Amino acid sequence: MKGVVNAVRHHLAVVGSYLRVGLLNFVQYRTDFAVAVANALVGLVTQVIGLAVIFGQTTQLNGWDHSGLLVLVGVFFICSGLLGLVIRPSMQTLMEAIRLGTFDFTLTKPADSQVLASVQTVAPQAATDLLVGVGVIAWTLVSDGQGLHPWQVGAFLVALACGLAIIYSFLLMLSTFSFWFVKLDNILVVFEGLFQSAGRWPVSIFPPWLRLVLTFVVPVSFAVTVPAQAIVLGVDGATLAAAVGVAVLFLTGSRLFWRHALRHYTGASA
Amino acid sequence: MSTGLGLPAGRLAPRGGWSFFWQMYRGQFATALATQVAYRGATLIWVFTSIVHPLVSIVVWRSVAGGGRVAGYDASGFVTYFALEMVVNHVTFVWIMWEMEWRIRTGAYSPLLVRPVHPIHTDICQNLAYKLLGLVGILPAAVLLVLLFGGDLSVFTTGSVLAGLLATALAMVLRFMVEWTLSLAAFWVTKVSAINSVYFSLIAFLGGGFAPLAVLPGAAQTLAWWTPFPWGNIAWVNQVVTGRAVGVDLVRGYLAQLAWIAVALVVLKLVWARAVRTYSAVGS
Repeated sequence: MKGVVNAVRHHLAVVGSYLRVGLLNFVQYRTDFAVAVANALVGLVTQVIGLAVIFGQTTQLNGWDHSGLLVLVGVFFICSGLLGLVIRPSMQTLMEAIRLGTFDFTLTKPADSQVLASVQTVAPQAATDLLVGVGVIAWTLVSDGQGLHPWQVGAFLVALACGLAIIYSFLLMLSTFSFWFVKLDNILVVFEGLFQSAGRWPVSIFPPWLRLVLTFVVPVSFAVTVPAQAIVLGVDGATLAAAVGVAVLFLTGSRLFWRHALRHYTGASA
Repeated sequence: MSTGLGLPAGRLAPRGGWSFFWQMYRGQFATALATQVAYRGATLIWVFTSIVHPLVSIVVWRSVAGGGRVAGYDASGFVTYFALEMVVNHVTFVWIMWEMEWRIRTGAYSPLLVRPVHPIHTDICQNLAYKLLGLVGILPAAVLLVLLFGGDLSVFTTGSVLAGLLATALAMVLRFMVEWTLSLAAFWVTKVSAINSVYFSLIAFLGGGFAPLAVLPGAAQTLAWWTPFPWGNIAWVNQVVTGRAVGVDLVRGYLAQLAWIAVALVVLKLVWARAVRTYSAVGS
């Protein structure tokens, strides 16, 4: 038990110092922050106008009303911010490093290679998306005069954590394929396209075959729809348990795949 | 007369004439097409990602329409609209704003600027080559969307499709000039992504990428038709292809496209002249 605690503490220290370096790097490029704020606001305004146009024509979309979809947009921004903060940039760096051969240096460091690879690049400007998301949800709930039950907040956080874990595992598995197929950055582009487009809508509006694809093949909808459901419509314990189960499955699978890939890693020049 | 390439002067047409441009375009287009074919994997991936937006839009607007009609479109009408939007967006869209930022930031623009012809010709050739190759994927994808979601094809006639081809060609020219001019912002600002997001947001609503203009509130529709956005995009092409604009409306629309092209050309020349004077490669 003491060993586990020490290992976790060690991992956290590693993650902490990487985050600190990322933040310091970022402070050098302050304009990036202004640009990120502008982009997040334009994205938000676009989305809000889009919903206003849609709800000028209808009162509900598959059981979701206007404020329900605003909450979903907020959750989308939160997810996008959390992914963009560490996971997505690190995976990009990882693919690049495998291609260039600099991944060898990561492997020689005295810490878990998966942890190092997953936190190596930090993009603090993504935090603007996170703030925008929280703001949209708070504003929607307040203007609706709707309170939140602690159970709802708990369910929301659990669902969000599971969704992010699933997407993280998916991206890690994708990046791990670069051990064999070197040029995979474009696959990340496909994921990004699906996430940006399909992730903004409740998964229930898609036809069944597409729902399956968006839940299991390219799991973008899980991370957004289920947490939003926890706030808007409420989720039952069974759904949450299923979410946790799927997340654990994805995390374990990606971990095993990572270790399998490492055993076959030969370096870029070899 | 030396060509600077060590080629015998007789093999090149005199600069500025039609045959010179013809020769240059043939050469540049062949090079651009060969490059695109070499990177066909990347092109295919881009084609695949461009299916995502119309697919999601179809799903959303089909849900909005339900069993009824919204602003003159029923569910199958929306399917046709967004399948068409995918094709028109593919042939009109320009990625030059990102490329230009990269060229200027890295200094890659310097060698292009000292070439004896305007750099816009290279961009036009690259753009056309990409679109030609991409159509191989985009056209079947549009057919697939129509079949999969049951699009309404009864709106097309031979005449409306031919008229639509002309509208699309003019839209291509207009949107290319507008976005090429916009990309010149990179000469003054090294981070242009915020400008780009505002532009893309505007073109989504006013150009018809988000939805047919008819679903917008009345005042917004009127405003939209007074901007260049619908004329370089699906909004206008859709009116023509689906037979919503005929007779006087059709002629007036073509004239609006030509007028905006003339305006865009003047602005492009003015901005370009100033941009080149501002240029100093990053790092100098």
